[in-house]
Amino acid sequence: MTLNACLPVVTVASSFILGLIIFALPEHRHRLRTTLNLIGAGLKLGLVFWMLNGVTQGQEYHARYSLIGELALVFRVDLLALYFATLSTLLWLLTTIYAVGYLENGPNRSRFFGFFSLCTSATVGVALAGNVFTFIIFFELLTLSTYPLIAHRGTEEARRAAKIYLRYSLAGGACLLFGSVWLYTLTGSLAFKPQGFVSTLPPSDHVALTIIFVLMITGVGVKAALFPLHGWLPKAMVAPAPVSSLLHAVAVVKAGAFGVIRIVYEVYGIEFADALSVTTPLAYLAAFTIIYGSVRALFQNDLKKRLAYSTISQISYIILGVALVGPIATIGGLVHLIHQGLMKITLFFCAGNFAETLGIHDIDELDGVGKRMPWTATAFTVAALALIGIPPLAGFLSKWYLSLGALELGQPWVLGILIASSLLNAGYFLPIIHRMWFKSRTGEWQQHRIWGRHETGLLLLGPTVAAATSVVLVGVFASSSYSPFAWAIEIVAQEFMKR
Amino acid sequence: MSSTQFFAFVGVALVCIAMHSLIARAHLLRKILAINIMSSGVFLFLVALAWREQTDLPPDPICHAMVLTGIVVAVSATAFALGLLIKFNTLTGATQLNDAQQ
Amino acid sequence: MSITELDATDLAPLLVLAPILGAAVALIFRRMATTVSLLTTALSALLVVALSCVISQNGAANIVAGGWPKAFAISLYVDGLTLLMLAITGIVGFFVALYAKDYFSKTPNETFWSVYLLLLAAINALALSRDIFNIYVTLECLGLASVALVVSEQNEKTLSSALRYLMAALVGSMLYLFGVAFLYHNYGTLNIDLLSNAITHGPVTYTAMALMVSGLMIKAAIFPLHFWLPAAHSSAPAPVSAILSALVVKASAYLIIRLWLDLFSPLSVPMFAELLSLIGMVAIIWGSIQALLQTRLKLLIAYSTVAQLGYLMQGFVLASETAWQGVIYIALSHALAKSAMFLAAGNIRHYSGDDRIGNLNEVIRKLPITMTAFAIASMSIMGLPPSSGFIGKWLLLEAALTEGRIFQAVVMAIGGILASAYIFKVIGHAFTPGETAQSQQRVTPIMSWTTMALALLSILAGFSANELLALFSVAMNFPGAA
Repeated sequence: MTLNACLPVVTVASSFILGLIIFALPEHRHRLRTTLNLIGAGLKLGLVFWMLNGVTQGQEYHARYSLIGELALVFRVDLLALYFATLSTLLWLLTTIYAVGYLENGPNRSRFFGFFSLCTSATVGVALAGNVFTFIIFFELLTLSTYPLIAHRGTEEARRAAKIYLRYSLAGGACLLFGSVWLYTLTGSLAFKPQGFVSTLPPSDHVALTIIFVLMITGVGVKAALFPLHGWLPKAMVAPAPVSSLLHAVAVVKAGAFGVIRIVYEVYGIEFADALSVTTPLAYLAAFTIIYGSVRALFQNDLKKRLAYSTISQISYIILGVALVGPIATIGGLVHLIHQGLMKITLFFCAGNFAETLGIHDIDELDGVGKRMPWTATAFTVAALALIGIPPLAGFLSKWYLSLGALELGQPWVLGILIASSLLNAGYFLPIIHRMWFKSRTGEWQQHRIWGRHETGLLLLGPTVAAATSVVLVGVFASSSYSPFAWAIEIVAQEFMKR
Repeated sequence: MSSTQFFAFVGVALVCIAMHSLIARAHLLRKILAINIMSSGVFLFLVALAWREQTDLPPDPICHAMVLTGIVVAVSATAFALGLLIKFNTLTGATQLNDAQQ
Repeated sequence: MSITELDATDLAPLLVLAPILGAAVALIFRRMATTVSLLTTALSALLVVALSCVISQNGAANIVAGGWPKAFAISLYVDGLTLLMLAITGIVGFFVALYAKDYFSKTPNETFWSVYLLLLAAINALALSRDIFNIYVTLECLGLASVALVVSEQNEKTLSSALRYLMAALVGSMLYLFGVAFLYHNYGTLNIDLLSNAITHGPVTYTAMALMVSGLMIKAAIFPLHFWLPAAHSSAPAPVSAILSALVVKASAYLIIRLWLDLFSPLSVPMFAELLSLIGMVAIIWGSIQALLQTRLKLLIAYSTVAQLGYLMQGFVLASETAWQGVIYIALSHALAKSAMFLAAGNIRHYSGDDRIGNLNEVIRKLPITMTAFAIASMSIMGLPPSSGFIGKWLLLEAALTEGRIFQAVVMAIGGILASAYIFKVIGHAFTPGETAQSQQRVTPIMSWTTMALALLSILAGFSANELLALFSVAMNFPGAA
């Protein structure tokens, strides 16, 4: 095995092995566990950047282990894979730091961090998977490793939420498996390929291909919380804050959205998918989910639930961008993959800070929080404004490119959707901001934990502020050649220009 | 009907009768008996078929060997079943299996 | 003597002889019974490994004992399918013996070890035998030994389920023997090779096929003839349940497949294949739903066996190489995973004296290795990647969809979802804090780690599919679509 073949394998396996080590650690070795966690997250980040550097210089990273003939574990590193892998590993580092602070003195930390590591491994596996078979393996591993995280608190509610999550995910997984096996019987190949690999099939197979598309999109759509497969997401909010931020911003929903991108672009190929006329219904469904999620978010009083419905709506931006079948819209969708991750993780970190420090879970308790916790409240405000789409913050760019793309394709209805959604976003975020800064607290806080001279624990505050800063930076420096935006353009160029 | 066919049919009939009482009778001893009759039917069938008609050859010894082996197996199985039944009876006082219990 | 000089003629008979000798020694020198049995099972496992090496190099082996003409002689035959049966017997037999050593340490049972070894000998003989009458004898030995193991703890429950099991087993073998009589009368031979050359269409052949297959279906607990299985498998002591579920029912299923591939499939009776597959599909759904409804862990696992056996019946109608490879893999993964699950259930029951699913959260925390092993093994049962069960299910789905049998594929997919439903009904308890249960009996490290070893093997087997399938397909000729 050459070094280039080793790298993706090591990247995926490192946190898997780390997870196993952490399981074996006794509960009280939290210092060692934290060190291991940080080393693991840092190492992974280093590896991803190494490969990133290599790929831009034309290196190829490809590892293959055949299970049965053509069915093989394949890792193939391309720009899109690294795009998602970088997002996950970066945010993972932040979330790990946050989780160490958040779960201080909590029970079952070995189990928590063990599954946490397995979950990273699965997400990076999803990112680097070079064929549908490998993708399914890590997709299912992701389900299995997030289940214990949702059930972590062990309350009746947590167990029910985990069960519902599992029901949705495993049923989705079965659909994905079924579709993939079917596809394999038709094509005899499952390797992801730019412009797809199914367009050469005879027209007599097109009905089957349409059904397979629906099955596979259903499979990944469950994780992407596409309407009507979103039911598990708000329920899963019982999980601890680091888990919610991870589920929403990085691992699960993004793996779903990433799956949609892979299936549309590298299984079907965007032109063939368009010719099969499966993208338009997908675009309508995504548009509906955008509005539906936003409307539902308006009526939630629980802060995390409101954020959850907001996620449902935001993830569909990515899918909408992909399903519109045009380069500019796709740039908007892809860029949202990272931007939404940064914005949402900030918001969830903030929600976690409020809950940990002041015991606040509901929105109407947020009055005057800005004075007590100015840093967290500022971070929340920045991320919320970015999600609404205020320039030059992160969210503006995605919406701008989605709109441009839609106009280019002569689909002005998308503009209406985006405007309506932005108004709804403003509708559910501005009242929160207003409460935090302009109302004052009457009466005592639910609980009041004092963390030295800081407003909350440094391990909680640090990642929050870092994430909020990145929301500003990716927006302001979008034109830099290292920004996610520039990267998305590069990926889209590969898909659309190689005709 | 030749005698071979006659005995073969009797064998088949015995198996059918035994199958009926195995299902219809609840008493365990009757069930064990039914299994015995069933094996007797099968053995009779085998022995009957050993006769080679229209030839001067002696009856097929392999069939007889099979029946002998079968009888040994059947006897030990019956003994084992009876042993279990006695244990079951001394422990519970019952002579039938309760269908509701699983 | 190096491996390459060994011959299948030396190895295969030893696989039957060694356990029988071991059983005799264990019966006479009772003090040494445990040691002798462990050594014998280890030896058998090594013999299987050696035999696999020989067979994969030299191809299938035909061994005729005593220089008799082939039509009458005791003949043994080793090909890929035989190796599959021998391999799971060797592996599961060894680990379960290790487990049983500690499980029965408090309540020694005088005859357990010799019966256990006899059972392994019977399975090995059954797998090796090339003669349909000898197969009947091994079937009876296997049946009697299994029933005897069920009653190694004697109480009302085990006795009644053992009686039920014994009746079913005896009727099954009688039906089988009846079929053998028909075949022998018509074709004048008992040897499978000679029979397969001679066999033709006709009412006698069909009657024989129906009798033999239905007799074996009773023994393999194929729906709706599974009535005896849940009680017998759940009331027996854990090591016995593991052996019964992993090996004994599989031995009969193996015979159905063996007879089908070697004797009946050239006759091409699509109706019959359709029927078997339909029965299997009903078994998958019905068994899974029953498992979901159970409140006791061991019954849940037993019903899961009923469902999993349904997958083994899907090869007949698909009849492609892919399908049979899928069946081989399901059989392998089920043997490893299901024995691990029964051993895990045994640990739980050993520890708390109870296996009600509702009380599990009190126990699970105290047995982390057992619980992890259970979770890992159930990945294989659910068919989730990366496990051997996943490979098997993928192959079966692929075969079904290639043939355009979408309904069959959908049923198999639904079976997977139902399996996850009943598995997570158990695993969910791992996350609920509960009162810590009082320990009844200690679960020793060996008991935990043998469970874990079997569970891990069921996962690892998924990673060497190329090699294992090549080994288990030696000299197998999978017929084309019926």
